[in-house]
Amino acid sequence: MTTLPKSTTRKLGLVIDLDTCVGCHACVVSCKGWNTENYGAPLSDQNPYGADPSGTFLNRVHSYEVQPLATSAMPHPAAQLIHFPKSCLHCQDAPCVTVCPTGASYKRVEDGIVLVNESDCIGCGLCAWACPYGAREMDQAEGVMKKCTLCVDRIYNENLPEIDRVPACVRTCPAGARHFGDFADPDSTVSRLTAERGGMDLMPEQGTGPVNKYLPPRPKDRLDQPKPDGEIDILAPFLTPVMEEPAGFLGWLDRALERI
Amino acid sequence: MHPAPSVITFTTLSGLGFGLLFWLGIGLPAVTGWVAFTFFAIAYALAVGGLMASTFHLGHPERAIKAFSQWRSSWLSREGICAVAALVVMAAYGAGLVFFDARIAMLGWIGAALSLATVFTTSMIYAQMNTVPRWKTPLTPALLIAISLAGGALLAGQISAVLILIPIAAVLQVLWWARGDSAFAVSGTTLATATGLGDIGTVRAFEPPHTGTNYLLREMAYQVGRKHARKLRVIALALGYALPVALLLAPFSHALALVAVISHVAGILASRWLFFAEAEHVVGLYYGRR
Repeated sequence: MTTLPKSTTRKLGLVIDLDTCVGCHACVVSCKGWNTENYGAPLSDQNPYGADPSGTFLNRVHSYEVQPLATSAMPHPAAQLIHFPKSCLHCQDAPCVTVCPTGASYKRVEDGIVLVNESDCIGCGLCAWACPYGAREMDQAEGVMKKCTLCVDRIYNENLPEIDRVPACVRTCPAGARHFGDFADPDSTVSRLTAERGGMDLMPEQGTGPVNKYLPPRPKDRLDQPKPDGEIDILAPFLTPVMEEPAGFLGWLDRALERI
Repeated sequence: MHPAPSVITFTTLSGLGFGLLFWLGIGLPAVTGWVAFTFFAIAYALAVGGLMASTFHLGHPERAIKAFSQWRSSWLSREGICAVAALVVMAAYGAGLVFFDARIAMLGWIGAALSLATVFTTSMIYAQMNTVPRWKTPLTPALLIAISLAGGALLAGQISAVLILIPIAAVLQVLWWARGDSAFAVSGTTLATATGLGDIGTVRAFEPPHTGTNYLLREMAYQVGRKHARKLRVIALALGYALPVALLLAPFSHALALVAVISHVAGILASRWLFFAEAEHVVGLYYGRR
């Protein structure tokens, strides 16, 4: 059924910390690995070793450069490089679901996960058009729409150790930049992270109500700037040079090498 | 958006076919027997041919029957239902005209309404897309319905209707282009809102996720041929709208009318190609493209 549920019991989703992500693409690889071997059709590659390789991915990492505006206090602000993982945001008002003509796309009432029933999908591609985030990709080998399942086959999988019952991308992230949890629970890790760090929606003007939140990067250190008044640099005394010219053995070595 | 030949062919031909069915349904021209058979054969060839073409871009056309199930939310599903309903009703109405020399007016009116509804539902598939600001306007259904009615009138030989409807369609076409050119900027979606990083400073796509291309870029960040957009607009206006009107203002002959039809279809194909090729999807922003 492609009409959206009025509300879902739980709101499972991800928090992605743009401050912490180092852009290693480990989440991309683990996602592709898990989802090729498990739920639904494998994520195929076309011409993988040829001149023009491409393939189906449910999670991709972009990198953006952000140049802060110059101010009188900061005439030459340094640009920031931000790695930006992007997968399905499991929107509350998911436009990809309502456009589906067959009922293959649906949003689960129990946990809010947006899924595709691949045996009902006719591969019309309309849901990919409706998604502003590029979260859905048509598998070129299988002719059906693929998308992030929030690793629905891991998170409830009692055959896995409890520590592994999170999405593959979250489990693998070496930087701890991805967090999984229930946004309907105000005390969950993801809810608290969102509240504390100002978690934001992507393209709020599209009205999709994304469940996944992104934590904005913190301001970087500004080494070229004088310290504000009152702030003491405790390391500075230890880092001042102790002498300008070498003395003792090193002084002798220096002079000896000069003479050669 | 990628201008898939199957979708361009489908929307153009089926629009024309359902436009002709509309005019046949309201009894203009009031034909029976073999003449009616010829008109209906042309209308069905266009409408059904267009629908068949649209299945070529499906990954699993054998499951197409499932697409009739989600009429509560999906314009594509509604389109399928309207199209089949229109074709069934008009077949019964046409059979009466062709074989029994009888015009069941009520059936014709219902068939005409369903034919129009089919064109409307087709147009709403595009007009509902928040992600493609150029399409997201009531002008989209207005334009596609005007083109369908004008083209249908042209095939139905309703010259006086054509001389009114084609100029209306042309005006809508120009308005649609003019609005569309600033639609993306007006929509407010930028790389800054897409990444949420706009508060820090100016955002620039530094490195894409992969060196090659992907489905999203092929399907939604199509950029080939946009540089010819101005020329193609002139061609679409000249062939699709101006030339047919000029030919029909000349003393009537069937040869000139045929040229008018061919010219109209060629112009609408060009316009429909631009409809897709010029449409920019917001996902392109993530890749530093439009």
